[in-house]
Amino acid sequence: MKNPLDSLYGTVISGLILTAVLYLIVKNILG
Amino acid sequence: MEVVPALARWLHFMAGIMWVGLLYYFNFVQVAALKAATADGTNAGITKHVAPRALFYFRWAAVVTWLAGAALLGNQFVNAFTLSKGMAGIGVGAWLGTIMLINVWVLIWPNQQKILGLKPASDEQKATARRVAFLTSRANVVLSMPMLFFMAAGWSHRAIFGL
Repeated sequence: MKNPLDSLYGTVISGLILTAVLYLIVKNILG
Repeated sequence: MEVVPALARWLHFMAGIMWVGLLYYFNFVQVAALKAATADGTNAGITKHVAPRALFYFRWAAVVTWLAGAALLGNQFVNAFTLSKGMAGIGVGAWLGTIMLINVWVLIWPNQQKILGLKPASDEQKATARRVAFLTSRANVVLSMPMLFFMAAGWSHRAIFGL
């Protein structure tokens, strides 16, 4: 499997996914 | 003493723009430019004249951003970093920024010194350093996205986002 960080698209999509995951954690668990 | 957080916010924004701006320059511009420049033998212009200057402002802007952010948090510093009730959003942003700062000084800068020949390294060590610095820099782009969300929209518009 290719490392998503090797491409800019993969990097940006990874950032969006991480943002969504952290948002849900903060909103539903920590907030 | 409302002037301290006001000035800290100003400095935090200026230094943060320089830090993340240079991070995006490295990832969105320089990586591809260096590949093309290496192919036609003009890479020295970047590696000798541009990259060392960009890295200087990049790593020190990271320090100033973090310090100004800490000053801005003021007496909420501990509440943010312990993710206390109501401070979890900005706290996650602060943690992401802190991890990014550590990445700059522990992984990116020492490896860039080897790549640019500022520190002695064999070809094999340079190849490893290039991969580590590249992936860490890309990881910082990933981390910058939720960091900016939690520090900007997620903080000023926290009611809309339910944070």
